[in-house]
This record gives sequence, structure tokens and C-alpha cells, in this order.
Amino acid sequence: MPNSERTILTEQEIQRALVRVAHEILERNHGTKELALVGIRTRGVFLAERLQAQIEEIEHVRIPLGTLDITLYRDDLEEIGSRASVRETSIPFDLNDKIVVLVDDVLFTGRTVRAALDALIDFGRPKAIQLAVLVDRGHRELPVKADYVGKNIPTSKEEEVILRLKENDGRDEVVVAEKKK
Amino acid sequence: MTNPIRWTRKDLLGLRDLSREEILLVLETAKSFREISQRPVKKVPALRGKTVANLFFEPSTRTRISFELAEKRLSADTIHVAASTSSMVKGETLKDTARNIESLKVDVLVMRHPCSGAPHRLAPQLSSSVINAGDGINEHPTQALLDMFTILEKKGKIEGLKVSFVGDILHSRVTRSNIWGLTKLGAKVTVCAPKTLLPKAVDQLGVRVTTDLREAVKDADVINLLRIQLERQAQSFFPSIREYATAYQINHHVLKAAKPDVLIMHPGPVNRGIEITSDVVDGPFSVILDQVTYGLAVRMAVLFLLSGQPHDKKEEEA
Repeated sequence: MPNSERTILTEQEIQRALVRVAHEILERNHGTKELALVGIRTRGVFLAERLQAQIEEIEHVRIPLGTLDITLYRDDLEEIGSRASVRETSIPFDLNDKIVVLVDDVLFTGRTVRAALDALIDFGRPKAIQLAVLVDRGHRELPVKADYVGKNIPTSKEEEVILRLKENDGRDEVVVAEKKK
Repeated sequence: MTNPIRWTRKDLLGLRDLSREEILLVLETAKSFREISQRPVKKVPALRGKTVANLFFEPSTRTRISFELAEKRLSADTIHVAASTSSMVKGETLKDTARNIESLKVDVLVMRHPCSGAPHRLAPQLSSSVINAGDGINEHPTQALLDMFTILEKKGKIEGLKVSFVGDILHSRVTRSNIWGLTKLGAKVTVCAPKTLLPKAVDQLGVRVTTDLREAVKDADVINLLRIQLERQAQSFFPSIREYATAYQINHHVLKAAKPDVLIMHPGPVNRGIEITSDVVDGPFSVILDQVTYGLAVRMAVLFLLSGQPHDKKEEEA
């Protein structure tokens, strides 16, 4: 319920974090050459679109953008079963020899990223894959580390990190709430 | 928008049983599977560790290949049983064959059988999922789903479209499944054939019935042709193949009266020069090969949806 939610990032803070991450991506890769973004559905796609726009504003170059649905690569299909809904994956460019920045909203167990890596590699052989997330909340179950982090938020496993984005939820914010029983 | 409903069925036996929402869920899911066949690595691990058995008690090329490829592209392990090489020829009953296969812990049975209702009879007795790949003259749900998917892709909608079926309606499980599905999605269906090839009481399924090809062609958005099933003793249903072709063949003359954006569909195999001429098969209105391509995505979607089901809830549906 709303009153048990604690705001971690406001709209403005999300914006600032994305601007910084865009600069970090450019700095580390020495510009936009060979660079491409791939967003993990659903909210990772919106974040990737924002990063693409931000990078365009800084460098005046529009770098390629893809979207990835990782449902078919999940390791918990047996458990979630028919609740899984598959949506389209679209990588409209050649991945070979690209530096791909994978974009997701919240980094938690690392299982989504594992699935996304498997999915990406089925499309080609990128020169490198890097990971950008808006929030890193800890509790990793796999050896996964993000290259770019909007904000580290220490949480307990009983908590839930909720990212809302205008494109999907009408407003921008990151909140922490007690997990619904 | 994502479909709000979830798949809850163990089996896919026919479109007669499915709701409009369930049909839309399959079509929506199929959209996402289309792209997999365009990748350099045309395989996803969704059905890794699952086993699918294809039981074909009747000849089939494209349905069998389509299912087989769909299974492989989802990483399932597959086995194939054709009636001619199975113990059925030694007198084993269908139920025993199926239960033996099930004892090997097969997750999904894809089954084609010459008897209408065979999969319906088998499914409640098995904990494996059963997909009907054609039963007698009753239903062929995945073919109808891929036909609807093709129409959706090409026309952007199904509701309000006029869809005509021409040919051997009597023996056509494809038409029956399509009638169930298309009418649920709001299409206006016409069936057209000589009287001897029209099933009794077909008009009670909510379709327009005509014996005049011009009626079926005029105003149609989609014309779905059916093969004259020579093996089902076509001779006794009309005087000669030639006479049938004169009255019911789709050729460029007949198509002059059709809409300029009409779609010509055919579930295959085509008898060129009988129900349809070669120039139409290969012509600009024909989406016959698109149907084959989309069929793969639709079958992947069906396999995926059924495999998402927990397999120990067999009693629930029986």
C-alpha cells in the first residue's frame, strides 16, 4: 500500500542518474563507435530509449537500440508456467563486433541478466557486453556485476523495489515497499 | 496490450472448446515466436528437458514437419511414431500405444488420427498434454490458428472480414476449426461447394452456405481453398474432376470478380489445376507460403503455452 512505500529516487534523481550513466558509458568506451544498447523488457527498454536519447544529446549520434524478451530463457519457467507471457524480441542491427550495453531496471538475483546473456549470444558474437542498471539492490545468486549503476540501494529480502516509469506507469520514481504476502 | 488471461488447459483439442480470449492469447503469443526463426541461432531453450511425441496415424508432410521444427526450435526432445511402423499394426489399441508412450514420461503428445474424436477420447486418460494435429473430419486447430494468424498479419484484423471456404467442406477438418475460430473472432464465414460436399446442417454453425462460386468470391476478403481429397473417393461426390474444376476452380477469370486485395489461402497440399490454377497459387494474392511460415510460429506458441502447465493436475479437467 502507498503509505508503506519509501521513495528512494525522485523523477529528477532518476534523470540525473541516467545522464551520469550516459556519460560513463561514453567515457569508458571512448565515444559511440561500435556502441549499441539493448533493453530488457519491459522497463529496461524504456531506460535504454532514454539512454539513447541522452547519448544523442551529448554526442549527436543515434546509436542502435534493441529490445530483448528473456521469457524463453528463464530458469524458472517450470514454476511460473502459464503466467509467463512472451513478447517480441527485436535486435534490428548486427551484433557482431558491437559493444552492447545491456540495460535493465533493477539488478537483484542476477538471473534475468544470465538469461539475457544467453539470449543475446544467440544473435551473434558481440565484441563485449556491459551491464547498466538503474538500481542495484544486492542479494545476488549468480556471479553478476553491473558496469554502470544509477543507485545502489541496500535492501532486505522482505522488501520490494518498485521502479515506476512514465512510459508504463504514468510517473517516474523508485520506491521500496514491504513485500506483499 | 498484453492479454489479461492465462492459459489453463492441459490440451488443445479443438477451437470449438476455446474462448475468444484463449484464441487471441495464442495468436498474440505466436507473434513473439515469429522472430526466432530469423535469428542466426534459431533455437531457444524454453522447452529444454521436455519430451514431445508425434503420433501420426495418417500421412502428413507439412503439419508433421512444422510441429517437428517447432519442437526442435524450442529445444524439446522429440520422438516420432507413424502408424505404419508402430505396434498399431500388430493390433495394439490407441489407448495402449499412448499409455506406453506416456510411461516413458513424455510431456506432450501431438496426434493425428483418422477417427474424429480420437484425441478427445485419449486426452482425459493421460497426464501428458495432447495436441490435436487433425482428427478425422472433425478439427485441425493449429491449422485454423495459423490461418487466422495469417489473416491478422495481412489484414490487421479479423472482425468484420468476409472469409469464404471453397471445396470439399464435407471432409474438411480445417474448415470446421476455422468456422469455430473465425466466428468467435467476429468474421463472416461463407462455405461454398457442390451439395454433395456440404455437410448436413452446416448452416447451423452460423455461416452462409452457397453452391455458387461467384457468391463466395464476390466481396470476400479472404478465400480459403480446400483440396479435393482424391483419396476420400472423390469420384462419388461429383461426376468428374474436370466438371468440378469447371464449376469450382479458382483461376484468374473467377478472380476478376474478387476484391482487389483478396487473400488466397490453401492449407496444402495443393492440387494444381483442380481446385486452383498454378498462376493463382504463384500469383500476387496468394499467401500460401506465408501460411507455412506463420504455422511454425503458431505451433511454437501452442507448445509453449501447453508446456507451461503443471503436469500433475490431470484430474482437474477429466
